Amino acid sequence: MGQIIQYIQSYRHSDLTPGAAGNMFWALVYIMLVFVGLSVAVIAMNWLERKILAHMQVRLGPMRVGPHGLLQPIADAIKLLLKEDIMPAEADALIFWVAPFVVVLAAFTVFVVVPFGPTHAITDMNIGILFMLGVSSLSVLGIVMAGWASNSHYPLIGALRSSAQMVSYEVAMGLAVVSAILMTSLNADGTGTLSMIGIVQAQQAQHEWFIFKFFPLGLLAFFIFAVAMVAETNRAPFDLAEAESELTAGFHTEYSGFRWSLFFLAEYSAMIAVSSIAVTLWLGGWLRPFPNLLSNSTWDLVFSLFPGITFLFFAAICFYNAARMPKHPLFRIQTVGLAGFGAVLGLIGLILFIPAVSIRVQDIFWFAAKVAGFMYMYIWYRGTFPRYRFDQLMHMGWKVLLPMGLGVLVLTASVALLQEKLWHP
Amino acid sequence: MESMLHITTLHYLVLGAALFLLGVIGVLTRRNVVIVLMSIELILNAVNLNLVAFSRMWGEVHGQVFAIFVITDAAAEAAVGLGILIAFFRNKETVNIDEVNLLKW
Amino acid sequence: MAPVATPFFFYLLSGIMLIGGILVITRKNPVHSALALIVTLLAQASIYLMLYAPFVAGVQIILYAGGIMVLFLFVIMLVSIDRSVKERQFNSQWIVGMIAATALGGLFIAVFMKGKNIFPEHALPVIENDNTQNVATMLYGQYMFAFEIASLLLLVAIIGAVVMAKKRI
Repeated sequence: MGQIIQYIQSYRHSDLTPGAAGNMFWALVYIMLVFVGLSVAVIAMNWLERKILAHMQVRLGPMRVGPHGLLQPIADAIKLLLKEDIMPAEADALIFWVAPFVVVLAAFTVFVVVPFGPTHAITDMNIGILFMLGVSSLSVLGIVMAGWASNSHYPLIGALRSSAQMVSYEVAMGLAVVSAILMTSLNADGTGTLSMIGIVQAQQAQHEWFIFKFFPLGLLAFFIFAVAMVAETNRAPFDLAEAESELTAGFHTEYSGFRWSLFFLAEYSAMIAVSSIAVTLWLGGWLRPFPNLLSNSTWDLVFSLFPGITFLFFAAICFYNAARMPKHPLFRIQTVGLAGFGAVLGLIGLILFIPAVSIRVQDIFWFAAKVAGFMYMYIWYRGTFPRYRFDQLMHMGWKVLLPMGLGVLVLTASVALLQEKLWHP
Repeated sequence: MESMLHITTLHYLVLGAALFLLGVIGVLTRRNVVIVLMSIELILNAVNLNLVAFSRMWGEVHGQVFAIFVITDAAAEAAVGLGILIAFFRNKETVNIDEVNLLKW
Repeated sequence: MAPVATPFFFYLLSGIMLIGGILVITRKNPVHSALALIVTLLAQASIYLMLYAPFVAGVQIILYAGGIMVLFLFVIMLVSIDRSVKERQFNSQWIVGMIAATALGGLFIAVFMKGKNIFPEHALPVIENDNTQNVATMLYGQYMFAFEIASLLLLVAIIGAVVMAKKRI
């Protein structure tokens, strides 16, 4: 028993991720934490998408189920779980059953290397970014299987289009990623790294986020990746393959109930995964904003208050809206619910002010805040842009983004070489 | 039993040989062209496994570089093979190798 | 990073690979064969990780499982007709094929029995953290010529495949 306790305690003073330190117990704990956090994030994304889209379209969105629709995702989940499980006649049963799981596995396995902090990752593979790109390309297989197994026209065409789109934009994504990896090698001993934690540490060592490096090359590479990642996850404006008005929901038409919710879960997880790649490669991962400009210790203190202030801000919004609820006896339960939710958020905010908690949570908070910014951009794109037609989509992937990516790569390499020759001869 | 527990290079070579045998059986006995092509991919993977196992044995990366080249060549060959298959299917409406017998006497 | 429970994972992964290989060559439906091949390829990528070759494992996942198998599935979806699933699956020379494969297997067993002791007792220790750097140095240094030829080969293969699959040249 003492040996087990010692095994658990031995990790607490190491500066490696649990996978790198070989500590199974903490690796499992981190996996559970990431899984739970991801599920909460997907649920929150569902609610946020409906509310933000609604407000962008000058309507209110779900308001009935909980106070301001906060319990709507839970109601949706219960409905999906209770729905009848239909399999089309003459559908290939094995493939029909396996396809959602392949997509979910591909979307969730990616999170093994996502770095929430310098030691807050499940493991730090030294081929981290290669692993993420590779495993996220396995979801194409799941989509092809889903379309094929449904034994019906619309899913087949939707699956073919969707997978062709994903494969095309993977090339552009890969080129943008290579430009960013090139920038990690501009350090003292001239070796770059593919590990996700190493990339953020390279940005820290070079005192510059890669989005600002070699302006405008870093920005262009980021832009290429930002467009390609929206196309990669089949989201608006590139959602022709699954838009209701075009293809009656594309490759997941014949899926209902729990299987459909697996596809939906995988889509949101894939969105969070590619946003994590973008945040790690270009936006400095877990580093706080303005590390050079505002770098003395008072600014460190100010920035360390941000997690608590964010949650207190949300709690204040909850209380304000609870005060604005109609004063009718039937609304009492909603008012009390919203005030209770606000109280919980405020409590979390107050806990985050304690220094012992605050220094551990800093990195995770900044990473999550940047990824949340990307999620908001996804919803914004869906509410703003009209849909691309399929041939326009393929034209843009192959004839616009790919040459741009190649150009950015060659220019980045040339500028890096020039910088090395001129400044450090 | 003790030698089964300590994994040496020989274990990986035996695994590679077994995969190679499975691929050879697939190429020699199946009639569907696509499955024959997939058996060829199995053979190439067995070769890759051998290369990487030997690279580990010597502690150098030459075997891994060669394995990367083999994967690249496998991609090229799969693309060309499937192109031939599509052209053939367009003419004959079948995917059986036994029916490719126009030059047979 | 020290390997954990190597024999367990080796036997598990090699079991998965062999079962996947057997499924590839025995299924009637080519889509099932393709799925079994994907499982085999992913298990092989894990074995590469056990052999301290993380870069090759990454390349295998991206290229083989995520690229070549998608190509196979597309083509299967294009040419797969229900008639082929109902036909005879094994050709008429299967006995000769099995004899040849058995002979080959016997040759392998003979080689392994005879050469069992010529391998070094323990593999040399490998530092894993700069595997990618070593592969890159070798690839762009010593094997640069082969690298360029491989890229030309891919170009020729792409042009060939497009020309052959076009409807009208």
